[in-house]
Amino acid sequence: MEITKVEEAASKAEYPLFIPFIMAADPDAQTTIEIALQLQEAGAHILELGIPYSDPLADGPLLQRSAKRALEQDMSLQKAIMLVPEMRKRGLTIPVIIFTYYNPVMRMGIENFLDTVKKQGADGVLIPDLPFEESRSLNDAAHDKGLVNISLVAPTSASRIKKIAENAEGFLYCVSSLGVTGTRDSFPPEAYTFIENVKENSQVPVAVGFGISKKEQVERLRDVCDGVIVGSAIMKTVEDNLSLLSSQQNRQKGLDNIKSFVSSLISS
Amino acid sequence: MNKTYPDENGRYGDFGGKFVPETLMFALEELEAYLDEAWNDLSFQQEYKEILAEYAGRPTPLTYADRLTDQLGGASIYLKREDLLHTGAHKLNNAVGQALLAKRMGKSKIVAETGAGQHGVATATICAKLGLECKVFMGEEDTQRQELNVFRMELLGAEVIPVNSGSKTLKDATNEAIRYWVTNVEDTFYLIGSVVGPHPYPRMVRDFQRIIGDEAKEQLNEKDNILPDAVVACVGGGSNAIGMFYPFLEDNVQLYGAEAAGKGLSTDKHAATITMGTKGVIHGSLTYLIQDENGQIIEPYSISAGLDYPGIGPEHAHLAKSGRVNYEGVTDQEALDALSLLTKVEGILPAVESAHALHIAFEKAKQMKKDQTIVISLSGRGDKDVNSIKAFMEKESF
Repeated sequence: MEITKVEEAASKAEYPLFIPFIMAADPDAQTTIEIALQLQEAGAHILELGIPYSDPLADGPLLQRSAKRALEQDMSLQKAIMLVPEMRKRGLTIPVIIFTYYNPVMRMGIENFLDTVKKQGADGVLIPDLPFEESRSLNDAAHDKGLVNISLVAPTSASRIKKIAENAEGFLYCVSSLGVTGTRDSFPPEAYTFIENVKENSQVPVAVGFGISKKEQVERLRDVCDGVIVGSAIMKTVEDNLSLLSSQQNRQKGLDNIKSFVSSLISS
Repeated sequence: MNKTYPDENGRYGDFGGKFVPETLMFALEELEAYLDEAWNDLSFQQEYKEILAEYAGRPTPLTYADRLTDQLGGASIYLKREDLLHTGAHKLNNAVGQALLAKRMGKSKIVAETGAGQHGVATATICAKLGLECKVFMGEEDTQRQELNVFRMELLGAEVIPVNSGSKTLKDATNEAIRYWVTNVEDTFYLIGSVVGPHPYPRMVRDFQRIIGDEAKEQLNEKDNILPDAVVACVGGGSNAIGMFYPFLEDNVQLYGAEAAGKGLSTDKHAATITMGTKGVIHGSLTYLIQDENGQIIEPYSISAGLDYPGIGPEHAHLAKSGRVNYEGVTDQEALDALSLLTKVEGILPAVESAHALHIAFEKAKQMKKDQTIVISLSGRGDKDVNSIKAFMEKESF
């Protein structure tokens, strides 16, 4: 099969393959587009565009608050996908992954969802509550359209790691440690053994997510994986800069703060 | 045919399954393996039945409501008295079963969610009895509405954790319990209170609750040597209802589920998931749920905190779709009218949840013949509801 844009971007990147997550419409749709462009400039290889959901089971307090702000902006799965062509128009060239819980996808209809993702210029999807066993039909449909469905493995995956890793496309999302999204000061020592095990089983690049907020963590992971996914830490910077970002006059300053946080996180 | 569900993927027809983050998949596989092993072990079944008999008070009576039957003038009405079970509702049947399983799995920490507090109290109770550590997540709004149940749980040694996220009710307490479980999955058992959640929970909870229907069937057979013509139960998540219906699925018995229609199905203040909901995924299961056009879950409403849930057990979704069970909405007012009647005529104050089933049963009984029989699952007692009943009645009288 033809190599997808996601896989190409992920394999070409030098460490760290950097995959930021941002919540669509936190604090508003236009600012989300600006943040995406800043992240590309700061060195992002792939962008995860998050869809706010009323019941985000896998998320900690920070992304719950972020989703709440975005829902107050009336953001939805359909509208979020429509931000992608606007981002493209403004110069975003890196692959975009639509990150959404499954219920909004079902509501939209799987075919309709994937068609829209493709048509609007996004490159893949990631559905945290659609595990391997339930994902076959969506995987096949995504495949047909040249989209990737990103798979996740977790420290408890144990005997499941092999089958998930073997079927992974684009990159493999490796959940660093147990729990919901949100920053962690450090990972338990067994996390590194687990990640190494995942890496050994994977044909595609392995990116570690959940809890990454510090340069030291990114450095520490250098030997065991290909890159990092950073969500809560970026959305925390957004939250800390809300008043700057929501003022026309000071928005650039807020965007600069996000960019400098990201640059310091991934620069070697 | 109905009884072969769920299939090996945890599906009841189109519904059910496991829609959870990868972190939990192993825990669900482990749970299923232990459950199957325990279920096939006679000593486990024996211990479960023994605790239910000697500690919880099973079998619960099947009461013939003679004055009510006379007054309505139709079918004979029988009440399956889960209100007389220890802690006041059917919830303990399931809590005992799961707590024993947790112990067997070597997990000494229990986490649970609760809405009105009945499941929380049942869980805290069996944890006290078995010496397990217990944490209960409860929406902050519910902790205020059900202050006494919070205190009860604390007396039983449980830690009650108020949940501030979302709408601060059962749906959010469940989210938070799942988040806690994701974080502590290695040593913690999640004790779900209804036939909801990812496979194998809906099957497990059903199997721990079917004792309601098994007993009722046997009791009626012993008394009158008959099967009932109709069986009625209220449905929130649906655990007392599935427990009551399951043993009758293959029989020629009409089955009715009472959903909360709140202030009416034409308003947006209801919790009638099957009547008004659409297909989707909530708390790990594919089922019907109340959601908006973008797939965001809508907070339901009912006077009864136990029916105030935006989803429904996947097996009910299947039984609704196949037409085996009829689900109908009952308003707050209809439920309270039925509650008043039962209390005055039979001297039994039912839970407002159960009162929803009473309304449908009374309507059906009136239309049925005198030689027919209807059984109602009286899932809980109403002591916990006196404040809200009083508030409702005072408001309505103006």
